[in-house]
Order: sequence, then structure tokens, then C-alpha cells
Amino acid sequence: MNAIEIKEFHKSYGTVEAVRGVSLEVKRGELFGLIGPDGAGKTTLLRAICTLLLPDRGSILVDGLDTTREVARIRSILGYMPQRFSLYQDLSVEQNLRFFADLFQVPEKERERRLEQLYHFSRLAPFKKRLAGALSGGMKQKLALSCALIHTPAILVLDEPTYGVDPVSRQEFWDILRLIREEGASILVSTAYMDEADLCDRVALFFRGRIAGVGAPEALKDRYRYPLYRLEAKDVRRLRDFFRSLPEVQSTQLFGDALHVSFKRPPDSRQWSEWQAASSGNLTTWSPQPPSIEDVFLALIGGEADGGESI
Amino acid sequence: MTTNDAKPMTRQISVKTEKLTRRFGKFTAVDRVSIEVYQGEIFGFLGANGAGKTTMIRMLCGLLAPSEGSGSVAGYDIYRQSEAIKRRIGYMSQKFSLYDDLTISENIEFYGGVYGLSRALIRERKEALIRQVGLEAFADKLTRELPLGFKQRLALGCALLHDPPIIFLDEPTSGVDPEARRSFWDLIYQTVALGKTVFVTTHFMDEAEYCHRVSIMREGKLIALDTPAKLKQHYGKSNMQDVFVALVKE
Repeated sequence: MNAIEIKEFHKSYGTVEAVRGVSLEVKRGELFGLIGPDGAGKTTLLRAICTLLLPDRGSILVDGLDTTREVARIRSILGYMPQRFSLYQDLSVEQNLRFFADLFQVPEKERERRLEQLYHFSRLAPFKKRLAGALSGGMKQKLALSCALIHTPAILVLDEPTYGVDPVSRQEFWDILRLIREEGASILVSTAYMDEADLCDRVALFFRGRIAGVGAPEALKDRYRYPLYRLEAKDVRRLRDFFRSLPEVQSTQLFGDALHVSFKRPPDSRQWSEWQAASSGNLTTWSPQPPSIEDVFLALIGGEADGGESI
Repeated sequence: MTTNDAKPMTRQISVKTEKLTRRFGKFTAVDRVSIEVYQGEIFGFLGANGAGKTTMIRMLCGLLAPSEGSGSVAGYDIYRQSEAIKRRIGYMSQKFSLYDDLTISENIEFYGGVYGLSRALIRERKEALIRQVGLEAFADKLTRELPLGFKQRLALGCALLHDPPIIFLDEPTSGVDPEARRSFWDLIYQTVALGKTVFVTTHFMDEAEYCHRVSIMREGKLIALDTPAKLKQHYGKSNMQDVFVALVKE
């Protein structure tokens, strides 16, 4: 039996269709990522899984139980960390953690081990005695995460737990998620950070209420069909304008100080020399580039993204 | 986008601090930080959560008095001339931006009013901004109906409405789709091309590469400040993500 099974889920708010026919399954013991920008409908879907929202159409089973009927039983096996998780502002970091450990009846022996792990990932140990209300925004987020992870339910649903968290802590947070998965939990986590897709067993790329692609990150990347190159230049923005105008080019994307260009077919060495000359020596190096999940996402959503010229 | 091309000829200083320090009780949030940011520069401000970035920005925006050290923004002293500073900076973050239940037009008028612009000037800049963001057909729609990418570009436009020479962007691109994120950076480049100075915090390390220079804070101290290319070279890493992890985990 799958941990979570979603069939043709639809949900609208007034005239806004938040989720438009989503079918998904999260397997037992899987770390599954729901990847997409804000407004894609991630929270709506997660809230419905957690019995907090009724579907307009379709069905959701959690551990084989129907979310519209078996609310109490589902809540006993499922842990949920919403986007806005409440901390007690006038308790210290340590008191918050111990409060949630008490609340979830975490056994004494388990508790110390878990606290140590959580302090390690969160780097909050030097701030144990600080009141939660006096933490910086990102630190509050890490404390909230730690409180949510102090107990380990069979199925864990986390809504954008790494939002606004710095890259180092994000990495360590994902290490913790993998540990929890190895202990046997099934985890569904949403994120707008595309690079986090690579840390999941499987992902669904979510955009405008629909799934644009689902599978293991490597399998999704294998489906990318345009030859992709990484280009470097003296002026990378000028180079992008140049490549954008070429008919052979499928798409161009700035990636840090480099330009990713995907072509309709693989370019030959003659073409590269021509382009180097035509760009007045601006193009300095080029090499084949394996696609990232971000490339895949951009290709799958096509012209639908918000960055396009029109709505 | 090599840094030498991007550095302004005159190297006029927009933001300068010397041993700037802020304590909260026994805790030192910002510890003797000295920086110089030049006009027309995109200055990246990185650090782990709680490293002191927000405290630093609040001092520079004239919202928080330093405990020690000195600083000036747009030529004005951060201790004595915070009101003058507030009129010469723009500020945008994802969290504090537009009112969802106002129309796009009303949001712009509201910001224009806050910044004390005349009605005529507000009207003129509103039209220019709506054109620039490509929202001509949507001026009277509620802001909540806009896709996030447009909202962010509109929010940046509102923060620039009073034509400030310096703009602070606090994690401006969190949560938008990758395409909108890049198109937002095009807008940042257009902004510095006009001679404005952009001070930006981000947790996206690919965006750190878009900055002319990057500073990294750890536990209140400035631990690195240079161009992305030089930082990568110095720490022997191929990208800023690895530089950041190496420096912050140290």
C-alpha cells in the first residue's frame, strides 16, 4: 500500500482553480518532493492530504484511509508542518524544543539523541537560552523545523520547511530528512528551491495547479531532449542577446556567471567558430552541460512562466 | 559581466561603514564591519541565518542606531541624518511589498504618497512604471490576481518611485519560478545601468554570481569581500555555493 495516494484531485477558491486534476502517489519509505514556485498550489494539496481541506473532486488516501472520512485515524499517523508554524515567542529555544517533545510524548532516551541531532543541523546550540521571539527570521524557521522533527510520525508532510533558510542549513536539514527516512518514515516535502529536487527519491514538478512532470530526478533529466551547453563570455548578458537571436537556439538561460544554451540539434565545430567570430570574441568557452532540474522545469512549463512577456 | 567592466569609472562611494557595531544586550549582532559600496554597483550581502545581515541593513536604512563605529549612506551620516537617508533609499523585500487588496494603480499611488511625491509626478511615474512592467491592461485589477513574478517587478518599481540613488533588496526573489527570477535580475541590471546602487541579500548562490562584489558575514563579522571570480579563485571552488559552504561551515 502507498503512503499517500491522490487521484484526480481538484480544488478551487471562488473562480480560482488552485489545483487542477492532480494524481500522485508517495510510496512507503519514500522521500518525495513537490517542487514548484509560490502560487503553484502546493499548500492546497498538502492541506488536503492532512485532512484540513475537502477536495472539490477526486480522492486522497493516506495509508489507505480516505481523508474525507477517516480524519482522526489519519491525524494519529501523520505529522504536518505548515508554512506558518507557531513557536512560543516567550519561551527559549530549548524550552520550545522540550515543550514539543513533551507534547508528542517523545521517550526520554530518544529525546536527547534527537535534540543533539537537531542542534547540530540548526546551529542553534549557542542560542539555547535565547527567547524564540528574539531570533532572526531564518533562525525562527530552523527552530520551527526542529520542533516539527522532534517526533517521527509514520508519514511526515512538510510545507516549504526551508523557505528563507540559508544554503548551509538547508543542506544539513536535508541530511536530517534522509536520516528520518532511513528510520522508516515516508516524507512529502514541498519547496520552491529547484536544487532541492536532487535530494529527493522522486519529485513532482508543480506549476499553476498541474503536474508538469513526475519521476526520479535523474529520470526527469534524462527526458531533456535538447543538446545543452554551458558558455562563458566576457559579457554574459550581451552573449545571451546574441544567442537568443539565432534560429538554431531552443532557449537561453543565465546561470550565475555562465550562460546555458539549448540547441535544436547539436552544433558542430564550424558553427562554434562562426559564433565566436560573430560575437566579436565575447564568447570565450563552451562545453556540454548536463541539464539541471531547473532546466527541465523551464522546458516543461514552456512559455507559461511568470517571467514571460505577457500574462 | 567581468567585474572590471562593471566597476564605475569614478568609484564614487554610496555606502561606507567603519567598524560598524550593534549589540543587543550581551549579544553582538554586527561586529566591527567595514565596507565600501560604489555607485552603480550590485553589492551582494550573504550570510547564514542570524549572521547579522538584517541588523546591518536596518542600520544602513536609518531604522536602527549603531552601538559603535561610523557609517554613511548617500553621503549622509547614519547617526545624525537618518531622515535624509530614508528619503534617498528604496527598500523592497518579498515579505513587505504590495497590498493585495488594492489595485495595481492604487498600490503605486499609495507608495508615491508615502514618499511625498506630487500628484502630477505620481501620475507620470505610474504610467511609466506600468508600461515598464508590462501591465497596461491590468492597472485596475486587484494586485492579488497578479502572478508573483509580476508582483515582484511591480514591488521593485514602487521602491524606485521616488528615484532613490540606492536601493536595498532583501531576499527579493524567494519563491518565484526560475524564469521570473532571472527576469527580475534583468531589471536589477537595468537599474544599475541608470547609475543606481543595489544592495541585495539572497539565499540563491547562483544570484551571488550576478553581483559585482559579494560580502559574506558570519556571526556578526565580515569574513569575505570580493568579486565572485576572485572569491572562487581564492578558495579554489568552482561556484559560489561551494565558497559559501566552505566559509560558513569553517
